[in-house]
Formats: sequence, structure tokens, C-alpha cells
Amino acid sequence: MPKKMHITLTVNGKEEEFLAEPRELLIYTLRERLNITGPHIGCETSHCGACTVTIGGKSVKSCTMFVAQADGADITTIEGIGGPDNLHPLQEAFKEHHGLQCGYCTPGMITRATKLLEEIPNPTEEEIRFGMAGNLCRCTGYQNIVKSIQAAAAEMSAAKEAAE
Amino acid sequence: MIPAAFEYYRPKDMEGVLSLLAEHGDEARVMAGGHSLIPMMKLRMADVPHLIDLQDVGGLSDIEVGTDSIRIGAMVTQSDIITHEGLATAAPILREAALQIADPQVRYMGTVGGNVANGDPGNDMPGLMQCLDATFHLIGADGTRDVPARDFYEAAYMTAREDEEVLTAVTIPLLKGGHAYEKQKRKIGDYATAAAAVQIVNEGGTCAAASIAMTNLSDTPIYSQAACDALVGTSVDDSAIKAAMAAMLGDIDPSEDNRGPVAFKKHVAGIILRRAIERAWSRA
Amino acid sequence: MKDEITRDERVDNLKGMGCSRKRVEDARFTQGKGNYVDDIKLDGMLFGDFVRSPYAHARITSINTEEALKVPGVLAVLTAADLEPLGLHWMPTLAGDKQMVLADGKVLFQGQEVAFVVAEDRYAAADGIELVEVEYEELPVIVDPFEALQSDVVLREDLVAEDGSVPDGAHGARKHPNHIFTWEAGDKDPTDQVIAEADVVATESMYYHRTHPCPLETCGCVASMDKVNGKLTLWGTFQAPHAIRTVVSLISGIEEHNIRVISPDIGGGFGNKVGAYPGYVCSVVASIVTGKPVKWIEDRMDNLMTTAFARDYHMTGKIAATKEGKITGLHCQVVADHGGFDACADPTKFPAGFMNICTGSYDIPTAYLEVDGVYTNKAPGGVSYRCSFRVTEAVYFIERMIEVLAIELNMDAAELRRMNFIKKEQFPYKAALGWEYDSGDYHTAWDKALETVDYAGLRAEQAQRVEDFKAGKTRSLMGIGLSFFTEIVGAGPVKNCDILGLGMFDSCEIRIHPTGSAIARLGTISQGQGHATTFAQILATEIGLPADSITIEEGDTDTAPYGLGTYGSRSTPVAGAATAMAGRKIRAKAQMIAAYLLEVHDNDVEFDVDRFVVKGAPERFKTMKEVAFAAYNQAIPGLEPGLEAVSYYDPPNMTYPFGAYVCVMDIDVDTGVPDIRRFYALDDCGTRINPMIIEGQVHGGLTEALAVSLGQEIAYDDMGNVKTGTLMDFFLPTAWEVPNYETDHTVTPSPHHPIGAKGVGESPHVGGVPCFSNAVQDAFRPFGNRHTNMPHDHWRIWKTANELGLHE
Repeated sequence: MPKKMHITLTVNGKEEEFLAEPRELLIYTLRERLNITGPHIGCETSHCGACTVTIGGKSVKSCTMFVAQADGADITTIEGIGGPDNLHPLQEAFKEHHGLQCGYCTPGMITRATKLLEEIPNPTEEEIRFGMAGNLCRCTGYQNIVKSIQAAAAEMSAAKEAAE
Repeated sequence: MIPAAFEYYRPKDMEGVLSLLAEHGDEARVMAGGHSLIPMMKLRMADVPHLIDLQDVGGLSDIEVGTDSIRIGAMVTQSDIITHEGLATAAPILREAALQIADPQVRYMGTVGGNVANGDPGNDMPGLMQCLDATFHLIGADGTRDVPARDFYEAAYMTAREDEEVLTAVTIPLLKGGHAYEKQKRKIGDYATAAAAVQIVNEGGTCAAASIAMTNLSDTPIYSQAACDALVGTSVDDSAIKAAMAAMLGDIDPSEDNRGPVAFKKHVAGIILRRAIERAWSRA
Repeated sequence: MKDEITRDERVDNLKGMGCSRKRVEDARFTQGKGNYVDDIKLDGMLFGDFVRSPYAHARITSINTEEALKVPGVLAVLTAADLEPLGLHWMPTLAGDKQMVLADGKVLFQGQEVAFVVAEDRYAAADGIELVEVEYEELPVIVDPFEALQSDVVLREDLVAEDGSVPDGAHGARKHPNHIFTWEAGDKDPTDQVIAEADVVATESMYYHRTHPCPLETCGCVASMDKVNGKLTLWGTFQAPHAIRTVVSLISGIEEHNIRVISPDIGGGFGNKVGAYPGYVCSVVASIVTGKPVKWIEDRMDNLMTTAFARDYHMTGKIAATKEGKITGLHCQVVADHGGFDACADPTKFPAGFMNICTGSYDIPTAYLEVDGVYTNKAPGGVSYRCSFRVTEAVYFIERMIEVLAIELNMDAAELRRMNFIKKEQFPYKAALGWEYDSGDYHTAWDKALETVDYAGLRAEQAQRVEDFKAGKTRSLMGIGLSFFTEIVGAGPVKNCDILGLGMFDSCEIRIHPTGSAIARLGTISQGQGHATTFAQILATEIGLPADSITIEEGDTDTAPYGLGTYGSRSTPVAGAATAMAGRKIRAKAQMIAAYLLEVHDNDVEFDVDRFVVKGAPERFKTMKEVAFAAYNQAIPGLEPGLEAVSYYDPPNMTYPFGAYVCVMDIDVDTGVPDIRRFYALDDCGTRINPMIIEGQVHGGLTEALAVSLGQEIAYDDMGNVKTGTLMDFFLPTAWEVPNYETDHTVTPSPHHPIGAKGVGESPHVGGVPCFSNAVQDAFRPFGNRHTNMPHDHWRIWKTANELGLHE
């Protein structure tokens, strides 16, 4: 049996160290080892995006990454994006515009959207639909997800302007 | 979906990679982004006792736009290609194609090297590289060697690369003329039903050079010299395009799958090629 | 005391029915703090997973678990032989059949559960599965139900008598070993006669392909047997937790009070999570055997291949009409492919669900329906994927038959519909196949829809497009998809609806707290519908406490009153009614308390928004909040302390939501690629509780309809191999392939529902599928197309064009 590896990760600003089999999938590391259960498992073949996290500035499907690959990585999950006292504008906007129903895709969806808005702060509807196409939702038909992201983008731009 | 156990290695340099390959032979596989390999391992359709992760190997992630060629390291991602400013002007077809691969998350991880070296007929980069007459650089125990993309693919998942070799970079000669990458797929994230890469040179209304390759229409990408020949010297009018389509159809050999039966794929291949030629010509 | 705020402001403060209240569920979901079954982690929890059959039909000659048991971390491997002494190697299905929990000597579909490996973690379980050696002897595979009815190959030897005769099944006589039932509705001879004598008869056969609900979260459970206290707790993705408790009790022998079933947050259901699956049984057994909690979670391939397919109906129709277009009769004959076991999730008396709603929205005097259920080597299921029982099939059937009849009559399909709609004054309307439609105003809805989309203008544009196409100016055709649907939801009246003998009522229990807030518990369970938001709105309006002060709790059988769960759009029609009725009980007692406090007779006070006022003296009142406090703190002669109520609601009838949809689609004739240019959806779901949530339900249902009509299928090859086992091939559209939808509504309340609500979650799917399909087919109508089967993926659209000679 292959030996376990010593792994170090930074997850949501917190350093984590543990021994793990290299084949452990990052999604299970997060969910089962670190009890970070926001990212979910939907398809396991990198199609649905429910497991999306941010690693080193990239949106990554954590079901398709071994923990061994992630050794040394800086990871942000939905839990690191905003909490009860500091909700992210995207979290506010999804609530305000009914951008979710069962909630299962939502953590991955919002996590991906944070990255999209970093890259394109004021996206068109087409850019949102294209930029979110790695995240499947079975409930909303996407219309209100698009609306939520547009609203968050407007909110974030306004806040940025006000700050400048 | 849980893969079988494996030993994991993350060597710091190519020497380390090669010595692991020498040691473990066909029990070892190198991995770049892993987005082709990992799903196969999870489905237990690929058995990889020794997995060599290339992420720490230096010098594989550069894009160099030179005066007569472009060199792209094997670990350059689709996302790197899309955002690289020099490439956008030097080889816009790369960006156009990369944007049609998979989805945003996968494009952050998926690499040029993985896409071309894997030998998956569904991948887009192999056909594109054949169209662009790229050269693949391989390194092995006996040193380096170059293989033209047009000679690289033998069958599905079978390529000219030996098990103990690593693909380190691709070089593309400087591109001339207009381009198009046209792809029909069922949805974002799907492989092509049919895709065509076309690069075409217009000299005073006459086609001076053309390059055409097709994706997912055989068990390898198909560079169609006959289709190119049908265009060169013409004004790329309707009859020339029809001739190119007919010539291309003689070269492909699609098989039936969930995307449709052979007759449909052949028909769509022709249509997609026509659109690619027309778009490339309009830009030439 | 003078009012500080106006009456309108008091109404607004309640956030009651009719307002777009923001969802209370969303705080946790947007922060990644939902609690889904796979989030549950218990001390010492084990993982179970299945060895599955690679073959669709095979005899099992041996199972060797020796090597698997050597894998470090593997604790047990269960096979049918282990379950047999417990009587658990087979289990009853919801349809009156029985199903193997683990393969008992043979397998009947690819992916069937053969052995259950229990291990300390997922990794050991996965490794163990690889090492279980199963020897199979392949048998002939039948994936076509018509072939099954002719074949000598017997799929279910257990259902054939020793002398080779075929005993009756749960739904009567069987005419072949592979036949399950024949179910009839309506009058055969009069229908045949009408058809024989009609001016015009349109006949068409259509196949509604097999698909799958595919919620983003797969099915799973955690079973935990506490041997000290003799209590079993079962968390799982259950759309009907109480029914699961009863089923588990019946098959395990554990008394029902010792079983606690909990549905935590559910990541979408759409019908997938109604049934009882072998994974649940094996997890319970494994927990009993090992004394530890056992978790079982499907992977996506397991999900698509084994739990709960939908549809798979081969339907042949004959529709008769006068030459002017008045429909006189309808004949529908169905061959239903149920797979290896009959595990359809339908009310017991309805083995083909409510397929007998197939006369649709039309006044058809005479009709007959016959459905034959058949066994094949495919997965069992037959669930209602985002619809009430088989209603998508019924509505697809009639909305295609109308189109085909329009072609036969050379009439406009919109006009043909209008000519045959049931008229407003005919409600309640008794349909030829037995149902009594509660209310409707179809003409108003249809006219509004056609006017909004400028139907005449669209037809003119389409005619021009056809001219341009014929002239070689374009390679794109334009389709106008129409559908007008009537759903039948809210199962249902206990007199005719039960599942496994459990009447399909539902329930609500309310406790008002002394300080004027409340908790209400229901027998339903949300899977994204937002019950915690909308049921509080119903109560806010009924009892006059703010929705924000009312907690809604569902899904824990130890605390919630018994109910039949959430599917078939039954939550609002049944549990919503129970909520209103329980609220009215609260109000009745509160009125007595208020009268006492106001020192007037009970009949001299009346309820007004959030208070009881003395009739004719509105300045004299007691708020519901004050009444609540008094209920707990003041001795009131003749009244018990406290303010609680429970209601079990047995609906007198189903509800019949309806709607009018129009889709405008451009089709690339050369590639078969459709482009949805416009989609207009008018829904009438009766009283509207939360317009924001209704709109969200419509968007989602339409998107699932788009998927099903344009590509989503569970396809098998001739060997019974599933060809669409991952999300690469099983079509779930992304944001890129989905259009924006225009939503609209009319309001025709249900006359028998306490608040007039009818339910909406499934309407857009039911109405959407024929609308998308009709758009594709309509594009080719000018070239002679009559009917082509779904799914209309690129190659099948291309094939239609090709067969019509539209390619060079």
C-alpha cells in the first residue's frame, strides 16, 4: 500500500497539516478531513462545478485534483468568501434575486462568480453565461443566477467607485 | 468514484521525471493538469501505479512569441493562451480554439501538453496543431527529438511518444493569413461533434496557402492535404469550397456515438469546414 | 390606543401571501452551511458501496468475497445470501411488485446491486469492490418492450408459476411472463365507434424516451442503529420521510416508534428521491450488523444507471374530429417500459399514474386509454420527473395529437385548440376519462398569450422565412411551438389515492409561542421549493403573526406530523391546505380568547390582518401577539391554556393548474442546431403565494423541459449497456445553452382549496416539453413533417431535415 504523504494546505487563511494518501481527492480532504462542507460533489467527472474552489487565483474543480497535487496550495472555499458578519456582495445578491433554490450548486456557483468578477468586473449577460458555464444548476434555469451576478457586479463597482 | 492507489512523485526537474520514467516504465504516467487523466483514473479506466506530477518542473510554462515561430511550453494552460496578449495578435486561432475547449474551470487546469500528448481524438489542440504545422518537442533518456504534429498521432491514445518520453513544448511557425476554429458541440463541456481548424492566405484574391485539420472525426486528428490542395490557387469560391469539403470527407472516418450516426457527422463535418473556410477567408 | 401604522402597513409587515418574500433558507445555502446528507459525519461512521453488475441480464453462478475482505479497512461484504435469513434480500416496491435488494441468483439490468462492501472509508470500500469476484452467465438481453411481449425469454422467473402459467400481478391479469399489467380508463366501444364514424381521424405513434431526474445531489443515506436504546436513525435524501419510516418498519420488523427518519437539506429531487432503494436497506442492515453508523452515497453513474428513471412510454393515439375541427373522440394506447422490476412511484390504484388526464385541456366527449406495463432488462423506476404521476407523458401525448390533427385538418393549431377548450362555464368539468377539473379559464389565458407574443405576426414571419428558404436566401427555419396544458396535482383524496396503503393526505402542526412567534411542522419536505418561506407566508396571512416570526420545520419524523411528502406538486395543494386549516383552528381559539379579553361575545369580534377587533368599534382590539400571551398566561374560563393546532388535510379533489406557452425557435437545417429565440410562459396556479418563488420554479421547470426535449436521455445499446452514464453524455444544459424566459400569469383560484392555490413547481416542465418539441416540429411542418420523436438533439433534427429532402 502506498505510503501516506505529509500535506500542508492553507484553507481560507488557516494552515492545515496532515498525512494523507496521495489519491485522496481534494474535495474529500476539504469535506471529510477538514469539515469544510460548503463545496459539494455533483458529477465527479469535472462537468458540474459544485466542488469549485479557488486555488492560487484559479477556479478549480476540486473533485478532479488529488490532495497530493494541492500540497502547498492556498485554497479559498465558500466559507472563506463571507460569513454572517461579512457577507460578500455575491452572497447578498443571490439571496436578493432568488439566485438559488435547493442550494446545492450555490457554493460552487458563488465561488466561481467571485473569480469571474475579478477578471471581468462589469460583465455582460453573455460574458456571465459563458464564464459560469462550468457550473450546472438543476433548479433555477440560470436566469436569476445571471441577475444575481449582474447585481453584485453593479454593487461592487459602485462600492469601488465610492472608495476611490 | 475513487481511483486505485498510486505512488505520487513531484520531481523538481526533468532529470527527475526521466529517471522515474526509466525506473517504472509503462507503470508510470506523467500528469500536467490532470483533467483528462484523473477522471479516467477515477472511473478505473486508467491504471497508474506511479503518477508523476509535472507542476514543479521548471521551464514548461513559458509562451515565447519569436519573429518566425511561437514556442509554447507543455504546462501552459488553455487559460494562459486565452489571456496572453502576444498570442492574441500572433496566433489568434489559438485563443479562438482554446475558448471552445471545455469550461472555465477546466481551462485553468488543462494544458497544451496534456491536450496534445494524450492522444484523445476528442481533444481540440491536436487538430489545431496539425493545421498550424506545429512541431512537438519530446525528451527522453536518449535526449530530445522533434516530431511534426502531422506525424504524431497513430490511433486513439496511441502517439509517436514513447512511454518513457515527455512532451515539453510545441513550436508553431509564424502564422500568415486568416484563421478560424469552428466547432459544433452539444453543450459547453462536450467534445466536438465536428470541428475544423483553418488557416488560409489570400494573395490578391487568390488562395496562396491553406491548412485544414479536423477534430473528432477519426480516431486521430485529420490533417487534410487534399482539402488544402482544393483551395490553393482558387478564389475560394463556392466550387472550391465544395471541392475542399469533398476532399476532406475522403480523409475522415467518423464513427457513430451519442453525438450521432456517421452520415450526420460527415454532413456536419462538411458544413463546419465550409463555415471555417468562409470565416478564415473573410479574415485573410 | 391609536394605531401608529396604516392597515396596509400592517399587511405588509406580515409578509403574508402574495408578496415576494425573500427566502429564509438562503442565508445558510449562500454561506456553504446547508446540511445535506453527505455532510453528516458521525463517530465511527463506515462507508458502504455496491458491487454492480456489468451485464444487463445474467445468471450469477458464484460470488467470492475472500479477496475483498483482505483489503485493510474492509469490514464486511453483504450478498443476497446474507440478507436472505433476515428476509431482506428482496423488498416491496411502491408499485406492488418486489425488487431484489442484492442480486438473488440473477441480474436484470446493468448496474444492478450485487454485493454491498462495508469499509472504514470510501477508499477501502472502492478497493474492496474491485476484488469481489462475481461469475456471471450471460442471458439474452431484451431492451425493447414490444420484443419482451413476444419473447420466450422470461425475465422474472419469480413471477411465473411452476406449471409455466402466469399468475395475476398487483394490478390484475398478466398476459405474458414479461407483462406487468393492463390498465384501462374510459369507454372502449363508444370510442371505437366515434372514431369509425368520424369525418377526420388523425393517428400517430410516438415514443417518449427514457430520461432521468438527475438532481445535482445524488441519492444517499446514513443509517445508525443504536443497539443500546434499540433505536434506528436514518438520515437520507427522502422526498417522503414518513413513508420511508413506515416501509423500513414493515420490511425490517423494527417498530415504527423506534425508527427516526430525517431528511436533511436535499439538493434537488425532481422525483428521483421518492422511491426506496437497495442502498437504504443495505445501509440499515450494515449498521445493525456492525453496530456502527453506515453511510451510502451514490456516485453520478450509479444515479443515472440505477435509481429512478422517468418516462419510457410508447404511445399510439387516434383523435377524431368533425371536418370543422371539433374533437369528438380520443383513443390512447400505451406500452410502458418499466425495466426489470415494477418500481413506479404511483398511487396504488393508478399503475400508469394519472395518464388518464390525456384528454388535456379539451372538451372531448368520448375517450379510451389502455396502458400495458412491461418488464425489460433496464433499470427500474418510472418516477414522476418534475411532474405529477405520468402527467408529462399525458400532456405531451395530447399536445402532439392536437398538432397532428391540425395538420390533418390543415388548420392553425392555435385555433384548433381554442375551438376545443373546455369553456369557463363548464367547470367543474367531468372529463371523459374520469377526472373532475376544479376550475379554469383557458380562453382568457390563451388569448393573452397569443396577443402578447403577436402570434399572427410570428406566423407571417415564419411564412416569409419559408419563402426565403425555398428561394435559397437562408438555411434557417423558424418554428413556433405552442402548448396549452392542464396539470393534475395535489395527490390526493384518500378515497382514491394511496401509496402502499398510506392515504395521501398531508399535515401541519402549529405551536404559537407566548411571545407571539410560532413553529409549524409539516409532513412534506422541501428540496429547493422554499417551503420554509412560503408556508410561513400562508400562516402569516391566516393567523396574523409576521412570517419572519414563524419557523417552518420539515423532514424529521420524530417531530413532524405524518405526511406523504413532497412530489407531484402536492405540497401546496395538500400540506398548504393543512397549514391554512391548522391556522384557522388557531384563529378560532384566538378569537374566543380575544373576545374574553375585550369583554364581548365571541361573535362580536372579527379578525382583521393581525388582530381581532370589536365589530363596529375598530379602536377596540387585541393583536394576535397579545392573544398569544394571554393564551399561556391568563386563566380563561372554559378554555385550555396554550395555543396549538394540528390539521390532517384530505383534499376533496385534485387541483388543476394550467398554462399557455409559446416558444420561438430558429433551426439550422444543415447542422440541426436549434436556437431558442423566445419563450413565453403564462401560468395559472390559482392563488399566488410568493410570485418570486413561482417565477423561479417556472424558470427551472422550463430548463428541465428544454433538456428533456432537446437531448436528455438514458439510452441503451442492444446489450443493455447504458450509453449515457456521465454528465458528458447525459444532457444537462449550462447557462450558455439556456435562454431568458418571459413569465406571465392569470389567476383562477381552486374552488375547493382553502386558499385557492393549485401548485406550480411542475407545470413548466409538463407544459414546456411539448412546447419545445412542437417548436422543432412546427419548423418542419411546411415541408411535410408530421411527427418525430424526442429528444430533438442535433443529429435527430438533422435527420428530420434530411428525410424531408432539405439537404443537397
